[in-house]
Amino acid sequence: MMVRISGFVPPFFREVHVAPAPAGPTGVLSLRPEGLYCEAGDFHVDPWRPVERAVVTHGHADHARWGCGSYLGAHEGRTVLRTRLGEDADIETLGWSERRRIGGAVVSLHPAGHILGSAQVRIEVAGEVWVVTGDYKTAPDPTCTPWEPVRCDVFITESTFGLPVFRWPDETRVFEEITRWWHRNREAGRTSLLYGYALGKAQRLLAGVDPSIGPILVHGAVEKLNEAYRAVGVELPETLPATRETAERYAGEALVVAPPSAGGSTWVRKFDPASDAFASGWMTVRGTRRRRAGDRGFVLSDHVDWPQLLDAVDQSGAERIWVTHGYTDVVTRFLREERGLDARPLPARQGRDPEQG
Amino acid sequence: MKRFAQLIEELDRTTRTGEKVDALSRYFGQADPADAVWTLRVLSGRRQRRIVSGRQLRIWAAEWAGLPPWLVEESYSVVGDLAETIALLVAGDAGGVERPLHRVMEEDVLGLRGLTDEELRGRIRTRWSELGFWEAFVWHKLLTGAFRVGVGKGLVLRGLEKATGIPRTTLAHRMAGEWEATPEEWARITGPEQEEDDLARPYPFFLAHPLEQEAEALGRMGAWQVEWKWDGIRGQVVRRGELVAVWSRGEELVTSSFPEISKAAAALPDGTVLDGEILAVDRHGESPIPDTPKVRPFSDLQRRLNRKRVGPGLLRQVPVHFLAYDLLEAGGTDLRTLGTADRRRRLEALLGDAAPLVGAGITASPLLEPTDWEEAASLRERSRELGVEGLMLKEASAEYGVGRTRGPWWKWKVDPLSLDVVMVYARAGRGRRANLYTDYTFAIHDGEELVPIAKAYSGLDDGEIREVDRWIRDHTLERFGPVRAVEPDLVFELAFDGIRRSSRHKSGIALRFPRIARWRRDKPAGEADTLDRAEALLRIGPDSPPSPTARVEELSLFDAADP
Repeated sequence: MMVRISGFVPPFFREVHVAPAPAGPTGVLSLRPEGLYCEAGDFHVDPWRPVERAVVTHGHADHARWGCGSYLGAHEGRTVLRTRLGEDADIETLGWSERRRIGGAVVSLHPAGHILGSAQVRIEVAGEVWVVTGDYKTAPDPTCTPWEPVRCDVFITESTFGLPVFRWPDETRVFEEITRWWHRNREAGRTSLLYGYALGKAQRLLAGVDPSIGPILVHGAVEKLNEAYRAVGVELPETLPATRETAERYAGEALVVAPPSAGGSTWVRKFDPASDAFASGWMTVRGTRRRRAGDRGFVLSDHVDWPQLLDAVDQSGAERIWVTHGYTDVVTRFLREERGLDARPLPARQGRDPEQG
Repeated sequence: MKRFAQLIEELDRTTRTGEKVDALSRYFGQADPADAVWTLRVLSGRRQRRIVSGRQLRIWAAEWAGLPPWLVEESYSVVGDLAETIALLVAGDAGGVERPLHRVMEEDVLGLRGLTDEELRGRIRTRWSELGFWEAFVWHKLLTGAFRVGVGKGLVLRGLEKATGIPRTTLAHRMAGEWEATPEEWARITGPEQEEDDLARPYPFFLAHPLEQEAEALGRMGAWQVEWKWDGIRGQVVRRGELVAVWSRGEELVTSSFPEISKAAAALPDGTVLDGEILAVDRHGESPIPDTPKVRPFSDLQRRLNRKRVGPGLLRQVPVHFLAYDLLEAGGTDLRTLGTADRRRRLEALLGDAAPLVGAGITASPLLEPTDWEEAASLRERSRELGVEGLMLKEASAEYGVGRTRGPWWKWKVDPLSLDVVMVYARAGRGRRANLYTDYTFAIHDGEELVPIAKAYSGLDDGEIREVDRWIRDHTLERFGPVRAVEPDLVFELAFDGIRRSSRHKSGIALRFPRIARWRRDKPAGEADTLDRAEALLRIGPDSPPSPTARVEELSLFDAADP
């Protein structure tokens, strides 16, 4: 059936300059149906589908996908990758800045500061340097090696929070708020349910809260990754599995850390009466907070905010920028018009919101 | 200012009504009267004059933050609230302003009136360098004149009631009319109760449940009093001593919105309280129902609401009428424990006697006298053509209860009109739903074409909203600023209250109060309804045409942005 939509002539249509369909990059990396591909080294970076050889920036499921022939990742993330990809996966790791020749390309990994073992991938082919940031933040995080700037010719950056309204508050203040919230709940006899993505956010929350207030219980999905963190020496406070028994024993005093997917499920009912809260960069906006946060929303993100993003672009020294995953159009236009850079949007596969998990 | 901003933060932070009331009560209990009275005024929805336009504020914020104007617009479209957007762009980590709210109001809000743009810009920039997020947020709300932060007047009254111990109906009455934000007015509003406070007080409304069973199961027809269910605003008219008060359901005082009802009520005998329906009417039209005025659509009545003063033009264009259902008090005596039929006789006697005095502004809603349930059902079937919502069934022996008690009162409404429609455009929501595509435009088939017929944004649950949002992002055909044209694949059942011809819409049809009844996952887009079927509905569910000046529900893709 041929369908023609008529009736409205949206006024924006006349004003908005519509960019031609973006072509992917060419050169060191190009865009294939499976994702970013390096022809010189015959490997993919964070592929969207199973491929023969994958270089992965970090362990989140939308970056380290199942079913690839082999994986190359950062040594710091070895236990995380193993937990996520399983015993049988062929995983090889590199130390920070360690250079590895793959075919005609030289690959090295540099800290991205997003979660434990998260890396920026630097690829050099015939003197030209490209960097893929994966997800990253430049602010400090006690659970992983801090981000380092890497000079390059072409910089491929995420833009999850690429709007100037996203400016993260000081982490210390956020943790003070969380601590106060837990404290007050305890006084009111309510269990504190704190939601954050099981890999990364949960451990950052655990490392940041004041464990002297009461016992900390964790969801099974979180505990599995806690082990991966502890195994490489990241210090986390003592945690107990959140079971019916511990829920009862510590009712009204415990902090429970769980992935957002547990929210609203029968799993959380055993903690009633409870106050629930969500920790994410999206909590910046009141509307989102009210819709998604339950009782409270804490602004805590593992991605770059607007100033961090611009700073990272500056420090890369790159003239050509590919912007992906997030507010790509906004960031691209800003970098082109305000910074005079050759910025373009890089199509990302439609996928899960990484902060939502 | 800090304390006020903290109150707003506390109100924003919780979804529990009890905690909001506590926060308000704590605030009113501690605040300096000079500040508390401003808070009361602002939160109870008194509109202040706008000091600065949203546009100016956006331009200056762009300049202050070193951003191109388009980026501020993009941010606004994601955040959905102008005061919040600008606060996010300009607020620093500053410790905040210690000056009390009333001084901020006097100096940084009212005191900015009459300044030149350049002076205004300077003052605003100075403050921006001092304010934290919440202070900037509330200040922007005060400057732009629209202080809506999800706190209704009812909630404010509950907080104040808790802080002062004065019943909220008394507070509502004392807060009616003109008053300035002065400590003297605060003392008057929150002062100890006096005898005259009782005079204006309404009775708690008795409410009906929707009828979910077969009407026959209610027993003998004769045991029930049957009335039309009118589509207006339920209200009480109170006439005691020198005083007349009109209350709407929810115990909101609306006396000043409906001067013709107050005027008519002044002629009632002292000590009278009526329960009934406030309706917009056409004084020259002829009603299909005997002994009633010709009723106009609810959207016309809405034009009379939330106005401090109703101008003569509007009074002439949209007159209102009070159709009385019940007599709750006569001669100063509470009649609520009498049977419904008994109260009804007294109501008819009272309005009969008072008719020459009351005039046309207040009359009794006529009774229907079906002999059996079958006849009642056929009366109900005619509701739509008669312009009513259905029938009210009241047990003749029942007293006037409190709240919503199951059993004595039932509302037996007609089913809403509906069409199966296809989603063609989506736009991100504002406020609570910023970041999600929640505002949809729907179309129906007209031959090979899909013609848009309505916009709706309510009716899906949170899970469905997220699912549809994801679908929209994956099936976008084209983007026009904040709007996406989507593949015409999803079908929804759209319910609405009225349908009429409209030359302003491409489809030639306008729907009244359209909302999503359900997502028809079972239906392919090709089987959605056609313009022909909508035309057929026109014949069974006509909505009276609006007066030319009436503001009809505008079928536009692009909501007017907030000021």
